[in-house]
Amino acid sequence: MPRLTINDLKKIKENQKSTFKLREGGYRAKITVHMGTCGIAAGAREVMTAVLDEISNSGAEDIIATTSGCAGLCAREPMATVEILSSPPVKYVDLNADKMKEIFKEHITGGTPVEKYAFVVGSETTY
Amino acid sequence: MQDLSLHILDIAENSIAAKAGRITVTINESRKANLLTIEISDNGMGMDNDMLRHANDPFHTTRTTRKVGLGMPLLSQAAEDCNGKMTIETEKGKGSTIKVSFQLDHIDRKPIGDIASTIAVLIAGNPEIDFFFELVRDDKDLIIDTAELKNDLGDIPVHSPDVIRIIKDTINDWLKQTNYGIE
Repeated sequence: MPRLTINDLKKIKENQKSTFKLREGGYRAKITVHMGTCGIAAGAREVMTAVLDEISNSGAEDIIATTSGCAGLCAREPMATVEILSSPPVKYVDLNADKMKEIFKEHITGGTPVEKYAFVVGSETTY
Repeated sequence: MQDLSLHILDIAENSIAAKAGRITVTINESRKANLLTIEISDNGMGMDNDMLRHANDPFHTTRTTRKVGLGMPLLSQAAEDCNGKMTIETEKGKGSTIKVSFQLDHIDRKPIGDIASTIAVLIAGNPEIDFFFELVRDDKDLIIDTAELKNDLGDIPVHSPDVIRIIKDTINDWLKQTNYGIE
């Protein structure tokens, strides 16, 4: 019975043990991709995959990606919320993988929100 | 939903919303029995009788952000479209198990889709949850058990990019070897 085991991961362990920090708690940016039924049907998984690829490519250790449920704006999915430490969260709508990559570069790495894709800045609810 | 891997992601997100600490996903493709079964099981908060009765009703949802819940009805319909069905076993406070079956060679059966991405996204977005994935095709199978991986990895997070990449590559290699999802 094949199993993904530590043998497959040994190399990582050797390479990374000295450099990889535990991310829990000490992050600079958090990206939340909304993964309700509506988001998933509209392509949220590809958006999340783009986020993971960009984190991997950037080599950054202080950015975390997570998922949440429907935000109540199903018609504007896929959506993502970007929170940079000590800045108000920005909610992006009508996303795809390419737009997410642009947001990663401009907003998460560069620090400037991408206004053309943003729905709202700040915390809000639609209900 | 275009394929079954998206349905699996959707149902697993229900388990996450139900505060599960452990989620088990088994996808079993048996050409001999001409049957595809998917089982998603969690130790979340479960459902009471009233909620279970409404689980397949699109106009019933636990959320407050909107008035419809389509995840379960969509999967149920996908199964019924190909001589299969969806069943739910649940106990309040103990967790839920969703089982779906499909006639494997049914013309309307949705393809499995990019299951490696579904697994990668679930692990990367929810590192605190223990995931157990089992992919079975006839007599071959592959197991990804993040509780075990976390133990072995020590202080390296299971959602670090290199770990996620290896998990994804391992799944895709196995799928290629077994021609999973392809007849």
